[in-house]
Amino acid sequence: MEYELVCGLETHIELSTKTKVFCGCSTAFGGEPNTHCCPVCLGLPGSLPKLNRQAVEYTILAGLALGCEISPISHMDRKNYCYPDLPKAYQISQYDTPLCHDGEVKLSNGRVIRIERIHLEEDAGKLIHESGRTLVDYNRCGVPLIEIVTKPDFRSVEEAREYLELMQLTMRYLGISDCKMQEGSLRSDVNISLRPKGSEQLGIRTEIKNMNSFTFMERAIAYEIRRQAAILDAGQCVQQETLRFLPEENRTEPMRSKEDAQDYRFFPEPDLCAVMVPAGEIERLRAKLPELPQAKQNRYQQQFGLSEEEARLLTRYRKIAEYFEAVISHIQTPKNAANCILGQIFRRLKTEDDKERAEIPVSPDALAELIGLLESKKLRIDLLKKTLETMLDTGKGCMELLSQEDLAGISPEQLESLCRQAIDENPKAVQDFRSGKEKALKALLGAVMRQCRGRADAAETEKFLRKML
Amino acid sequence: MSVIRCLHSLMQNRKISPQELTEHFLKMVLEENPRLNACITIADKTSRKQAEEAAKRFEKGSDTQFTGLPVLLKDNLCVQGLPATCASRMLADFVPVYDAAVWEQLHANGAVLLGKTNMDEFAMGSSSETSFFGPVRNPRNEALSPGGSSGGSAAAVAGGLAVCALGSDTGGSVRQPAALCGITGLKPTYGAVSRWGLIAYASSLDQIGPIALCAEDAAFLLDGISTKDPRDDTSRGLAPTASLLREPVTGKRAAIVREMMEGVSLPVQKAIEDTVRRLHSLGISVTEVSVPALRYTASAYYIIACAEASSNLARYDGLRYGHRSKNPAASFHEFVCRNRQEGFGEEVRRRIVMGTYVLSAGHHEQYYQKARRIQALLRRELLAALEQADILLSPVCPVPDIPAGKTLADPVSVYQTDLCTVAANLSGLPALSTPSAIWENGHPVGIQLMARPFADGDLLQTAYWLESTGTRPPYPKSIQVLMDGKEEF
Repeated sequence: MEYELVCGLETHIELSTKTKVFCGCSTAFGGEPNTHCCPVCLGLPGSLPKLNRQAVEYTILAGLALGCEISPISHMDRKNYCYPDLPKAYQISQYDTPLCHDGEVKLSNGRVIRIERIHLEEDAGKLIHESGRTLVDYNRCGVPLIEIVTKPDFRSVEEAREYLELMQLTMRYLGISDCKMQEGSLRSDVNISLRPKGSEQLGIRTEIKNMNSFTFMERAIAYEIRRQAAILDAGQCVQQETLRFLPEENRTEPMRSKEDAQDYRFFPEPDLCAVMVPAGEIERLRAKLPELPQAKQNRYQQQFGLSEEEARLLTRYRKIAEYFEAVISHIQTPKNAANCILGQIFRRLKTEDDKERAEIPVSPDALAELIGLLESKKLRIDLLKKTLETMLDTGKGCMELLSQEDLAGISPEQLESLCRQAIDENPKAVQDFRSGKEKALKALLGAVMRQCRGRADAAETEKFLRKML
Repeated sequence: MSVIRCLHSLMQNRKISPQELTEHFLKMVLEENPRLNACITIADKTSRKQAEEAAKRFEKGSDTQFTGLPVLLKDNLCVQGLPATCASRMLADFVPVYDAAVWEQLHANGAVLLGKTNMDEFAMGSSSETSFFGPVRNPRNEALSPGGSSGGSAAAVAGGLAVCALGSDTGGSVRQPAALCGITGLKPTYGAVSRWGLIAYASSLDQIGPIALCAEDAAFLLDGISTKDPRDDTSRGLAPTASLLREPVTGKRAAIVREMMEGVSLPVQKAIEDTVRRLHSLGISVTEVSVPALRYTASAYYIIACAEASSNLARYDGLRYGHRSKNPAASFHEFVCRNRQEGFGEEVRRRIVMGTYVLSAGHHEQYYQKARRIQALLRRELLAALEQADILLSPVCPVPDIPAGKTLADPVSVYQTDLCTVAANLSGLPALSTPSAIWENGHPVGIQLMARPFADGDLLQTAYWLESTGTRPPYPKSIQVLMDGKEEF
């Protein structure tokens, strides 16, 4: 039978506040084990949590960016379970009153993914298994997390991936998380069920926990689709269970079934007062929202005539987009700026991290100055490229690197003499051209350009060459 | 009348030094503790050091009301470097690295900590008999329980081992032992005092309160510990109370809570009647109010308190600190089970199981949610009653005494005796226990006063004026010898 995928994501994102969500400890990743800890995040007897307001603001920003409604009053709850990485034996989370709810995001294929809720909670510590023993590192304990829960609206692996990438991009734009999957600051649980194509009913679902790579998530969903389809085709029922994905074996395996599902015994956290978000604060935060990647991409395409791919690449990293916008505020031709950034500059930002940080040795002003020379026809395009490379190497400004001669342009007399020289030195090309080979002109053109280091105007030169031939 | 003011004046006038005062009470503690078992830790070394520092402050003139004042803290309050056992095997070796906010404040004012007092394990109980360190005895009558859970603090103050003490009150744990030991105990408005450093039993109900020999001492102590603490989100602080006490009370309105009088014993009945006469003589009118939700209050209290306790105590797994079983375990699960089985006493285990049950899927609505609704209803009704009256009058406990060694046999009937006290915790209201003029088995029967939120001062003021009619019992001998002839305080 042909099945339709019904999939929802629960995405955990670590917020990049300086301090933890209920105490003043650092949230920095890494660090000697158990050095970013205090009585509060270790849950020592007599200690009390205090809510980090910055974490609340970040959660609201995420909610606003995803079109959510913000709860004016919500509260924290305790989620009780016993595990060695959880020193209080409960996680402070939100159960029935998430800070944000009922939002949506639109995918590139036009489909809308509904966001059910976004709530704020604390991360747990980390277990380290080594040489037959287990050690606990509580540094991560109490790092603020948001959980973004979608409705089961994904119908393909590609949609799920696009959504997750969009989450990563959006949170980075908001500056509320670095969303580094390899460091676990973005991870997702995937709920999957299948139903006969055309059916409106929901099938029995499984949940794959803790996907921390885009590729693994794609592979896990693809595997789970095959696995569930085979079960359904055999006329059997899918078991509701929690799974983990084994990337080496490219398959999922059960962690626990519905029967031994945890009972978290949620109840309101009595150590914390209700979280109040006055309307004024929501509006203040809304005003702080940056232009988001999707909107920016559309604007770049429409306003600057960039291609979809160019616009997508430029908006993929907030700092790159900021750089681009700083450059074009001084010039007339955004397309030239896009070419420089996506060409020479991108080549040097090798990793995702490099692009994210966008540490570019040439200031936006300096690049604008260079492009300005091109716009005023003082500089030819290939000399521009060469100069830009040198600027990137040395950090020097273009006026330092270009000689008077470079910028002087070519007089008609000089051009005529250069053309004469090219014709004299390339008899073969001249002959070819005269016998009707249009292409041969390009060789002559190239010879002229080489001679003058690209300062000549190509159209002008071609006109000269034709006349002389 | 105020012991605290008298001793401060004696020290200021160099009639007695802080060191002498500390030695005087340390001697009492060392002599009396074997009989009363009121203290778990006797901090004689640190208290001598603190007494010396106090003496320096008197020399410099930087002394405060509390400088050199010997106090005791219940053993669920953290003091850096001293064990905080909660009277449990689980925390027998737990030494916190931080001070409770209340001790920070008293310490900063120069108080001298004599030690940490015995209690019901994790403050769960009404008799101070569930302690891992053995039961506390009532100093006025050893055949009686001193009440609980702050029984060690109450017994120590009533027995003259310290001038005053702090207890914690989740369902009556300050007021009931104060009543059974014939002294004064206050559960402040929820939020008046920071809970930072109080090892939690039921966080939404826990409040630290003073146990003292008179209303004015209790007021001084309350003023010394109430604060809005940035570390405790639920703390609000409280305006000073001691300065209000001598203001006239004429014209205030009191009301007896009808439901709290149901089934009370005769001595308690007499104590209330006598108090009504005294209130009249002070110009306070007394009427009656009804608070129907009280019928369900004891059940609601135990559900909410146990629910929170099951969560608060879940952290004691023996992994990072706390009792660790000597028996090897095959899994983490087994390790935790063994440590907890051995580390917790019967009453604590009972409440953890009960609390876990009422929060579990399928029972949450039936028990926990319903209890929360009763709590909201009770609060509304009590606040409405406090529109008609400034002070609500009731017994602390329906019986004047709890015989020693009887409580663990029948927990439910013991839970029922908490009806009068748990209402204040469920509704957040301040409540005070003060001795009446009626004595039974060698001690005065306590009565309870309740007031509007943050009207703690009204309670202390009313208690102060009741004392002025002659209800206050004589001070312990160890206090009397110091105050000889100085009743004007």
